[in-house]
Amino acid sequence: MAWLLLFFVVPMVYLAKMSLEQGFFPLFTFSWAWSNFSDAVSAYRPQFVRSIEYAGIATAVALAISYPLAYWIAFRGGRWKNLFLLLVIAPFFVTYLIRTLAWETILSDNGVVVGLLRDVHILGADGRLLATSAAVIAGITYNFLPFMVLPLYVSLEQVDPRLIEAASDLYANRVVSFARVTLPLSLPGVFAGVLLTFIPAAGDFINAQLLGTPRQYMIGNVIQSQFLSLRNYPTAAALSFVLMGSILVLVMIFARSLGTDRLTGAGA
Amino acid sequence: MTAVGQVSDAVARDEVGDIDIQLIELSKRFDDVVAVDALSLEIERGSFFALLGPSGCGKTTTLRMIGGFEEPTSGRIELAGTDVSGLPPYKRDVNTVFQSYALFPHLTIFENVAFGLRRRKVRGDELRRRVVESLELVGLGGLERRKPRQLSGGQQQRIALARALVNRPRVLLLDEPLGALDLKLRKEMQLELKRIQHEVGITFVHVTHDQEEAMTMADRIVIMNHGQIEQLGTPSLLYEQPRTAFVASFLGVSNLLAGTVTGADRVRLADGTEVRVQRDALGGRTGSVQIGVRPEKLRLDGSESNTLEGTVAESAYIGVSTQYIVNTAAGAVTAYVQNDRPGAQAIPDGSRLTLSWNPDCTFVVDAQEAS
Ligand SMILES: Nc1ncnc2c1ncn2[C@@H]1O[C@H](COP(=O)(O)OP(=O)(O)O)[C@@H](O)[C@H]1O
Ligand SMILES: [Mg+2]
Repeated sequence: MAWLLLFFVVPMVYLAKMSLEQGFFPLFTFSWAWSNFSDAVSAYRPQFVRSIEYAGIATAVALAISYPLAYWIAFRGGRWKNLFLLLVIAPFFVTYLIRTLAWETILSDNGVVVGLLRDVHILGADGRLLATSAAVIAGITYNFLPFMVLPLYVSLEQVDPRLIEAASDLYANRVVSFARVTLPLSLPGVFAGVLLTFIPAAGDFINAQLLGTPRQYMIGNVIQSQFLSLRNYPTAAALSFVLMGSILVLVMIFARSLGTDRLTGAGA
Repeated sequence: MTAVGQVSDAVARDEVGDIDIQLIELSKRFDDVVAVDALSLEIERGSFFALLGPSGCGKTTTLRMIGGFEEPTSGRIELAGTDVSGLPPYKRDVNTVFQSYALFPHLTIFENVAFGLRRRKVRGDELRRRVVESLELVGLGGLERRKPRQLSGGQQQRIALARALVNRPRVLLLDEPLGALDLKLRKEMQLELKRIQHEVGITFVHVTHDQEEAMTMADRIVIMNHGQIEQLGTPSLLYEQPRTAFVASFLGVSNLLAGTVTGADRVRLADGTEVRVQRDALGGRTGSVQIGVRPEKLRLDGSESNTLEGTVAESAYIGVSTQYIVNTAAGAVTAYVQNDRPGAQAIPDGSRLTLSWNPDCTFVVDAQEAS
């Protein structure tokens, strides 16, 4: 509890106070300035929408890649399971920034990928990958993939193979037994993976900054520049709160749609 | 005459003696372990059949091959006359009660039991009726809305049974279904299972390592050892006329005494005493053999024709009977004497007495191999 107080409640209260201040750096005065919120939202609406959009798409793509991967490792990995998991998290041994810089190089205009895609005419002669929405989304997907794979793996690994045998004994073919047994039992992992990916993705700014242009900037970029460059602390704090609030609402809607009963009951 | 004969023949074949399961030279090898070794047997429709044997003898593997969960290395499996080798479990008209129950934790009891019916497109009122009926059959009506983890072990076991039986399969496979229950509940469920089997008339194949359980429930038992059949028969046949030393000692207690065949129905024991045995039991053996007698078949008053002198070494009062260990020149012998008279008095240790038994109660097995 003391830890929670120190590392969560105290900063939150401080941030809340800051979001309601007025003035210019370094002199802010507390004044219940609720207008900070409405001003911030109306000024940066596009970045907000883009953040949710990019994070949503990246989460969906990560889920689509990770589920089969985690499934394969959990059920077909045999004694190499741990090695495969290690490979999944291997990129994490390199700093986030360096990883993203590497992507910048890979996707750059005179890089191999663009060259190849131009050669086979998927990209036009002056087509680019860098500085597009796709590049930013790909970067986010890549960077947060392990956060999706690991919880999915854990929940799939816990699915008792005898339950799948029982389903097959009760006339379920492989597709049906996946849909009726494996998938429902892995929903807690889906839930955890989506949260662990979506939340940091929605607040991310590195990918948009390195792989995109200001036209791809997300709310994280705005908060970052408000805090560090413009030193407009109240607006930055207000934006943070709005981001937190919208994520919370989305998470609750998502939990509802998966069924809270299943999430708490399935793992037991 | 012949026509009538044929008709009654056909009727008879339809009623009894129909074969539900036939295993033909069935083998399963795991790397260097031969789990099941050229097993051949037939299981009659409607029978309660037990696969009995010590742990690791291949019972589960045999059952899993019948269910379709394990591919035979060689041999065939026929269900009701059709070869099912190569068919996946969901295409076999067989259901299994798993040792771990394997109930779906995320589904209610109703949905667990309805699982197989839904796959077979049973819907609406019929689905409801059959699920409820099946839960009532196992005495658990009214629990439809619970989740498996809200039930006790014994209740989960019954749900597993209901979930399998509701599909009315041709054959029900049970792998040590009572193994996880405590003794009292196990005894209860043994009788319950037998009642249910009578009620539904489905062929039950029951795997167990508990000889008492197999004897209590099964019409026919096959005793397995090292992936092979030791002996197949009714419980009383296996008990009264075991054909191997393994069967004799696996099913209850038996006294085995070494001897030499001296005639068509005669064996001379190590101390020179000659005893008579059943001609069939000897089965044409010559040379060294072992004869066997069950402890409760022995008399201490010398009233039967096979006799053996001995000294009481130990006695133990067990209530329903008194158990004696008697040392004889042919070896130590265990005898149970019924305490069926008032004021039964144990014979004191060290007393000399004459053990006797009926030749018809004497079975013969191969001599113990020199080890
Ligand atoms: N999947 C498997 N892989 C390797 N060996 C196995 C496997 N299943 C069973 N065995 C071996 O086969 C033998 C028979 O096992 P099992 O059929 O489970 O015996 P039982 O059910 O009679 O105790 C044992 O020696 C066991 O170790
Ligand atoms: Mg077993």
